[in-house]
Amino acid sequence: MSHHIVAVKHLQHVYADGTVALQDVNFTIHHGESVAIIGANGAGKSTLLLHLNGYLTPTAGEIRIGDFPLTKQTLPEIRRTVGMVFQDPDDQLFMPTVFDDVAFGPFNLGLPSDEVRQRVREVLEQVGAAHLMEKPPYHLSGGEKKRVAIATVLSMSPDILVMDEPTSGLDPFARRQLIGLLKNFRHTRIFTSHDLDMVLELCERTIILHQGVVKADGPTPEIFGDEALLAQCRLEKPLSMQGCPMCGQGRREQRNAGRKGSGGVNDS
Amino acid sequence: MRSIDGAILDLKRLDLLATGDSLIHRLDARAKVLTTLVFIISVVSFDRYEFTALFPFFLYPVVTASLANLPGGYIVRKIGLVIPFALVVGVLNPLFDREVLVRLGPLAVTGGWISCASIIIRSVLTVGAAVILVGVTGFLAVCQALEKLGTPRTFTVQLLFLYRYIFVLTEEGARASRARELRSCGRKGLGLASFGSLIGHLLIRTWLRAERIHMAMLARGFTGEFHSRQVSAFGWRELGYVAGWSILFVALRLENGAQWLGRLVTGLLS
Repeated sequence: MSHHIVAVKHLQHVYADGTVALQDVNFTIHHGESVAIIGANGAGKSTLLLHLNGYLTPTAGEIRIGDFPLTKQTLPEIRRTVGMVFQDPDDQLFMPTVFDDVAFGPFNLGLPSDEVRQRVREVLEQVGAAHLMEKPPYHLSGGEKKRVAIATVLSMSPDILVMDEPTSGLDPFARRQLIGLLKNFRHTRIFTSHDLDMVLELCERTIILHQGVVKADGPTPEIFGDEALLAQCRLEKPLSMQGCPMCGQGRREQRNAGRKGSGGVNDS
Repeated sequence: MRSIDGAILDLKRLDLLATGDSLIHRLDARAKVLTTLVFIISVVSFDRYEFTALFPFFLYPVVTASLANLPGGYIVRKIGLVIPFALVVGVLNPLFDREVLVRLGPLAVTGGWISCASIIIRSVLTVGAAVILVGVTGFLAVCQALEKLGTPRTFTVQLLFLYRYIFVLTEEGARASRARELRSCGRKGLGLASFGSLIGHLLIRTWLRAERIHMAMLARGFTGEFHSRQVSAFGWRELGYVAGWSILFVALRLENGAQWLGRLVTGLLS
């Protein structure tokens, strides 16, 4: 299924005010992969995501989604293929009811009314929000909003899910629920997040962006094992890898492990 | 700041009422838009001293609102918001127009007072009809109906975005104002000077937020057309609805319904 590939080649983006957000970004993501793009604030993560569904146009370089290069002609098809979930669900939910919001995409795809209804019901059930169907989005809790925002994208049956900070602003229970939900998806998934524990749980591969370039790209456990690399990129190990702060256990093990040296990460 | 937030929620409630299911809700939006149009034209085309003939027109909003199960108190409050504006328009009339038109015993009622009252009643009627139209149809469907009736697409989409961004602007405004209020500790803060930059920031923030929302719309395949889940056609029922009300409105416009009713009652009694 080669058509679910996301290929970014020598991507560069310079904003109108001269800020270089992306210098030279290269990576390829294959079908079914779950990949985290992490990095400090201002590393260029959000800019990169906005390129993936064609909202920004590259200053230089190329993006291919599936078999198509991202151009004006392929844009409608690419926007259906790449489902984008924004960081703030309030930006994504703008219709009077949850139903209308989830139906917005399918209607734009030109689906008949009956099918839209059925799809809306299906995806809302999938994210566990079927009971919210007739509610106005602004009355929902943060966790509910997030799940509905995901449903608005799922209803367009995307092949690739792109999510900006999926767990930000959620309470521990809602976060757990969301991680459980995302784990079950079979889509190609691309996340940006500062929630490194979530990354550890959801993504087998991690890409570190630093000052507009890909600083590292490799299996998540390896990336998080390299403390020097993380510190250099203003990051740190996920809490679950840091051991217990109360009893000190784990921390000692970590130190021992550190002495043995960490595994090879593909620096690029 | 609760007031601003509350007012927005209250407005959003109007859209929510439109998701109800009743005889009126199920009618094609075009029928409701046309009927409201005929109603408004009939009401505003009266002579400026007309007063009694306006009252029978209350039949339409009352019947529609009750058939559609709209909460009466809520609708009345929404209309109440507009009355001050109508008062501003009409308040000078009693000062300029002092010609006595009616004598009720010792009380001389001048033309100015009558036209002022007429303005207020007309605004209650027309604003009420518009609020009820949105309440039983939804703003989106009203715009779609306008488009199907021949209004240019550019205009209806503009109208929809205007409506959508009212909420964006007021929400951002409420946040900025709350932040200012909390930091001014109950005093006036920095006064007017601080409002200049506050409004500047508000514009930029609203702009950015609107851009993000637009981005979310584009990401879901928005091509300049809004779709509604209500699939309806303009059938016999709609035709009957428009024709029935329109005939009544035109009749009430040409013949003073209140006087006619009065004559009927006194005729029966004598």
